[in-house]
Amino acid sequence: MRLTQNRRKGSLVGSLAYWLFAACAILSIVTTFGIVVSLLSQSLGFFKEIPIWDFLFGTNWSPILKDAEGNRHYGVLPLVAGTILVATIAAAVAIPIGLAIAIFLAEYAHDKVRKTIKPVLEVLAGIPTVVYGYFALTFVTPQLQKIPLKIFQEDLLVFNALSAGLVMGLMIIPMVSSLSEDAMMAVPRSLRYAAYALGATRLEVARKVVVPAAFSGIVASFILGFSRAIGETMLVTIAAGATPRFTFNPLESIQAMTAYIVQLALGEAPHGSLEYNTIFAVGLLLFFMTLGMNVAGHFLVRRFREEY
Amino acid sequence: MRAESSNITSKLNPRLVLRKRIGALAYTVFVLSIAVGLAGLLVLLTQVLLQGLPWVSWHFLTDYPSRFPEIAGMRSAIFGSIWIMGLTFIFTVPVGVGAAIYLEEYAPKNWFTRIIEINISNLAGVPSIVYGLLGLALFVEILQMGRIIVAGALTMSLLVMPIVIIASREAIKAVPQTYREASYGLGATKFQTVKEIVVPHATPGIMTGTILAMSRAIGEAAPMVAISALVYITFSPSSPLDQFTVMPIQIFNWVADPRPGFRGLAAAGIIILLVILLTMNTVAIYVRNKTQKRSEE
Amino acid sequence: MTTVEEKNSDITLAISNLDMYYGAFRALRDINLDVHRNAVTALIGPSGSGKSTLLRCINRMNDLVPGTRIEGEILFNGENIYAPGVDPAEIRLRIGMVFQKPNPFPKSIYDNVAFGLRINGFTGDLDEAVERSLKRAALWDEVKDRLKSSGLALSGGQQQRLCIARAVAVEPDIILMDEPASALDPISTLAIEDLMRELSHEYTIIVVTHNMQQAARSSDWTAFMTMGEDRSGYLVEVGSTHEIFTNPKEERTEGYITGRFG
Repeated sequence: MRLTQNRRKGSLVGSLAYWLFAACAILSIVTTFGIVVSLLSQSLGFFKEIPIWDFLFGTNWSPILKDAEGNRHYGVLPLVAGTILVATIAAAVAIPIGLAIAIFLAEYAHDKVRKTIKPVLEVLAGIPTVVYGYFALTFVTPQLQKIPLKIFQEDLLVFNALSAGLVMGLMIIPMVSSLSEDAMMAVPRSLRYAAYALGATRLEVARKVVVPAAFSGIVASFILGFSRAIGETMLVTIAAGATPRFTFNPLESIQAMTAYIVQLALGEAPHGSLEYNTIFAVGLLLFFMTLGMNVAGHFLVRRFREEY
Repeated sequence: MRAESSNITSKLNPRLVLRKRIGALAYTVFVLSIAVGLAGLLVLLTQVLLQGLPWVSWHFLTDYPSRFPEIAGMRSAIFGSIWIMGLTFIFTVPVGVGAAIYLEEYAPKNWFTRIIEINISNLAGVPSIVYGLLGLALFVEILQMGRIIVAGALTMSLLVMPIVIIASREAIKAVPQTYREASYGLGATKFQTVKEIVVPHATPGIMTGTILAMSRAIGEAAPMVAISALVYITFSPSSPLDQFTVMPIQIFNWVADPRPGFRGLAAAGIIILLVILLTMNTVAIYVRNKTQKRSEE
Repeated sequence: MTTVEEKNSDITLAISNLDMYYGAFRALRDINLDVHRNAVTALIGPSGSGKSTLLRCINRMNDLVPGTRIEGEILFNGENIYAPGVDPAEIRLRIGMVFQKPNPFPKSIYDNVAFGLRINGFTGDLDEAVERSLKRAALWDEVKDRLKSSGLALSGGQQQRLCIARAVAVEPDIILMDEPASALDPISTLAIEDLMRELSHEYTIIVVTHNMQQAARSSDWTAFMTMGEDRSGYLVEVGSTHEIFTNPKEERTEGYITGRFG
């Protein structure tokens, strides 16, 4: 008798628990909704006044400062260009180095070596981005200034895209290398043996069998690394500058989308004003850009996992 | 018939020596890549230590920021970080672990579960500043909380939640199925099994994951900037309803200051932050190793 | 029917006093074996007797496992393949291998067969060489219209024949086969056995098999190995297949063949 009574109580507790846990899980969907809705609602005020076309394709961004004629401009492309410039430099650093490290760890390294290198990479990945920003501004830029660099007759400025990009590349290396390495380690050993049995060298096995087989996973690591670079805030805010400028010259100062948001957040634009709402508009654009890349990256990872 | 085959053999040009040389060259490139990463890290740490150590002192930890670098300290930021971390922990762990339990123990393998999973992995990749904007719009504006610690902690919880969920799922997955089967075999309900068997066994892994999530949170400045909007405060928060700043924001403030001495302060702040991070990660690894040993017994 | 004696009976591979170690553990003990050219030699014996290990010594695939070493010699056409300065990649070009579980690359059928030719700098007509190899592996007719399709889309038996075509493409002298049909269905198994006989006209085949009927049906020479008390593998008896199966000299061989143990 006692048992059945407890059973009934148990099942009540059980279903309560179920719904509690389910609610926690559903919170994640609510969060995504929340992000989209809150960004949209706050930027609706912005898009009521500024046509979306002008926003997305305008090349002049000065929502605070008026120009000589007393006009403000709301074309976001300079911010986008600045973001992509820094992210591209970062990718140019992180992709080759990250992939090389991954190949080394997956195909060449002994266990002891792997056990030493992987923690180092984890340390690199765990350093807060303000620290990288500090490093870019106080070390990398002065060192670069010692080199006579000149592009289009411009010298390297104190705030520039190159320093930020280089240090951001360092920051992203662990992400590229660990994802690529996972992809390569998932390739079955039997394929490597087949290649060795045909007289291939270790490099040939890596280059012609493993990397092609792990390709979608490797590409995913590039995409996700690039997405991380685009969303990064403190590094670019500290080191790349606060000058929205549509340029491909890495020696110049630029302003990234994330840096602009920080600038406005620390500023004194009143709530609900047009200037204030620009941060939500830019944030919305940033969200969709990274979302697109992350979806693509995860899709590739999943497809790769299904093959093996 | 063999005449054909000597045709192939004579047409092969294995050039093994050349291929081996190319392989050795590639190997050098690979090792150099590792050297670059390593060197970058070492140079960074050296720079931080050189610039920052002269400024680290007891008063640095206990004084408030000031216009004068000699008497400036991180007190407000340290307390702000402690408040934020504490509340984030309280908010995140129950919800994150609950979600992980649902996904691993209860959820059917249908499209809806798939959507939740995809959602979580997407959320893990959303830029942290976007979380800041979400917190700003939702907690500060719509819910009218104001720029207080609770708003910051809630925002931070949303940010690290995916990490906690993913890590907890791994820990729960690692619980041997035989334990569950033994429990069910004795007539236990699912909830009892989860509560008495699964969660206790997964707790060290969950703890490790949570500590790692917290160590990510402690270094995040962007979302806190959006919420708190303050970089210079000279008081310590005494309740969750106070305004605040956190360590990375304080560091950011000092880095951006071109006046002499503030770079050194920033570096000192970084040293403190890195020491705390190192401690947290060491604890996490210690916990992880301890539990691995236990499961190997 | 050609008797074994009428076949070309040169010795192409001479294994003498071979010991093989994984670290401190001796896996093979004092192997002495002569392999005849253009014949099928079967290695039979219970699990753990070291048959596959011996096979992987012949093309130095064991070199890829850290901590392995050998003592003794393996002479391939008179030269010791373990002599210092010998590059294993060279050996593997002349001694090819087909594995137990078919392992085609995730590439097209064409690229699978062409792989070995390409990395070894083949200068002739690649299309012709690929066709010839696929014909030799009795796969050409089934795949000639879809050479660009993926090798993984083939059935198990077809995949294994693709692996054979891939191995044959570089025209090795010896082809090592490690239980090539054990992962396949019975019909594919018979096809592989027929293929082995065909291939032995041009190549030397050494095949490891746990299937005695297969060894009796398809091989010219048989070597019986077993595991000793110290868990190392050693060669009990070797001779022509006919003799081994009808009149074995050793008691242990007879016991294994009649199914008393193993």
